[in-house]
Amino acid sequence: MSDLSSTPSAITAQTRPGQIALRWLLFCFLGLFALFYLLPLFVMVTTSLKSLEEIRSGSLVSLPREVTFDAWRTAWSGACTGIQCEGLRPYFWNSVLLAVPAVLISTFLGAANGYIIAQWHFRGANLIFSAMLFGCFIPFQVVLLPMARMLGLMGLAGSIPGLIFAHVIYGIGFTTLFFRNFYVTIPSDLVKAAKVDGAGFFRIFWSIFLPLSLPIIVVTVIWQFTQIWNDFLFGVSFSQAGTQPVTVALNNIVNSTTGVKEYNVDMAAAIIAGLPTLLVYVVAGKYFIRGLTAGSVKG
Amino acid sequence: MRAWLERQIPKMVLAPSFVAILIFVYGFIGWTAWISLTRSKLLPKYDLHGLIQYKRLLAAPRWDTAMDNLLLFGALFICIAMALGLLLAILLDQRIRVEGVLRTIYLYPMALSMIVTGTAWKWIMNPGLGIEAMVRGWGFEGFRFNWVIDPDMAIYAVVIAAVWQASGFVMALFLAGLRSVDGEIIKAAQIDGIPGWRIYTAIILPSMAPIFLSAFIVLAHLAIKSFDLVVALTGGGPGYATDLPATYMYAMAFSRGDIGQAASSAMVMMGVVFAIVVPYLYSELRAKHV
Repeated sequence: MSDLSSTPSAITAQTRPGQIALRWLLFCFLGLFALFYLLPLFVMVTTSLKSLEEIRSGSLVSLPREVTFDAWRTAWSGACTGIQCEGLRPYFWNSVLLAVPAVLISTFLGAANGYIIAQWHFRGANLIFSAMLFGCFIPFQVVLLPMARMLGLMGLAGSIPGLIFAHVIYGIGFTTLFFRNFYVTIPSDLVKAAKVDGAGFFRIFWSIFLPLSLPIIVVTVIWQFTQIWNDFLFGVSFSQAGTQPVTVALNNIVNSTTGVKEYNVDMAAAIIAGLPTLLVYVVAGKYFIRGLTAGSVKG
Repeated sequence: MRAWLERQIPKMVLAPSFVAILIFVYGFIGWTAWISLTRSKLLPKYDLHGLIQYKRLLAAPRWDTAMDNLLLFGALFICIAMALGLLLAILLDQRIRVEGVLRTIYLYPMALSMIVTGTAWKWIMNPGLGIEAMVRGWGFEGFRFNWVIDPDMAIYAVVIAAVWQASGFVMALFLAGLRSVDGEIIKAAQIDGIPGWRIYTAIILPSMAPIFLSAFIVLAHLAIKSFDLVVALTGGGPGYATDLPATYMYAMAFSRGDIGQAASSAMVMMGVVFAIVVPYLYSELRAKHV
């Protein structure tokens, strides 16, 4: 399903001159669409490198006459997110501190759950899987209020551990789905043979299944990282001043009403907030796509 | 005894996740459902008062706007993203040499946070300095493009940004679908001299029906959950003009202190999601049993 690299099922044969013209038209179309997708990124980068003066006098798509990194410096360590003016830096680290444990824990739980559901059949396992799967589809608004209260009861209100907890809980459904769908393709004879050799539940998981799982671990880690880094709803609902993730801080910078509107700072901040997931996408796009399609088309 | 214990290990390892899902998904849905039937305001109250919150919801002009917006936004977003995604997939499927690069370009917005997307498009569509100023600068003095601040047009600005973000993903889904069509059938059709566009409309696209359905489900799901994009792009404004159920729910829960309304609007959102997802899951399960 997620294999995009197989041969194109191209239908048009290219022999006559009319076909060549058609081919050019095709490339024009594709190029125009590429521009449509690239333009916002281009505008963001160029705007972030201009001075405010140049932004006001110049055109949206013009290249900066004088490249300045002042906006980047302000966005990173000086922009105001309300009353504080420390830039994105502390919030960026909040997001890192939040995403790394949340991704690792939810991936590990998903691997264990998927291993059990796919390979250790017992009555009710499928029902449990369906219950988890169902949880993937709910709009989070329906759990927002009780979760806020629960985090308060647990003493985690407005804290980064509280956010980690929420992301892990509501990430389990997807991570379990990923690993379960991967592990069902592994023949159950493998577990039987290992059991005959005296290996137990944990031994089989550590020594046989985990070493086989590298591709699905990569897919799951990328999926979870993208979801958690880009999250805004949980971040804005379950954090307080000082523990907010980078998306919330970015929104506060852009929509803070005090002072002059610094568009170059807004754009630099937006790029900084988007950079980690963009980097992951550029480096491991194949796995990113696989996660997207696995999350939507049940394997 | 030992053997019995061995057999229980898988269940014991799975149990914490299962219990967590039971409490934090199903228990919490139950709690929200209960609260939606009470007169809770700033704090939850547990005495049931029937459908009072749902009646208030129906009577609230702001909720009315939010639902109208969801319908308009959802319909446009899904249709345009599907059409654009399918078009791009078919164009990319013509043995393009730089396909990998183009695919990467079309899909990268999906890796970004909606807050980043909203921030970027807010600037691009800024009437004073964005596209409007740019086109005027080219000599078209009367050009107007102030959708983000026009109450009647702002929701279309949200559609533009949402389509930009998600259409590449639809392209990837359709492209994978096109690649999975049986090559032999296509070859046979070509030998019979059937024109290319007919092969698409009569053979390839009908065989991709499940992918259309998946794409629809994913996009509908995205549309109903849309929250961050609206917050970043328009803040729900001007006024309430671009409110969606998700922003309404958030406003009631965290700034208006009206958790009865927040709970009932969340329940309606879940109802809409399930109205779309449940028939889909049901048909999937049925298809597997046949």
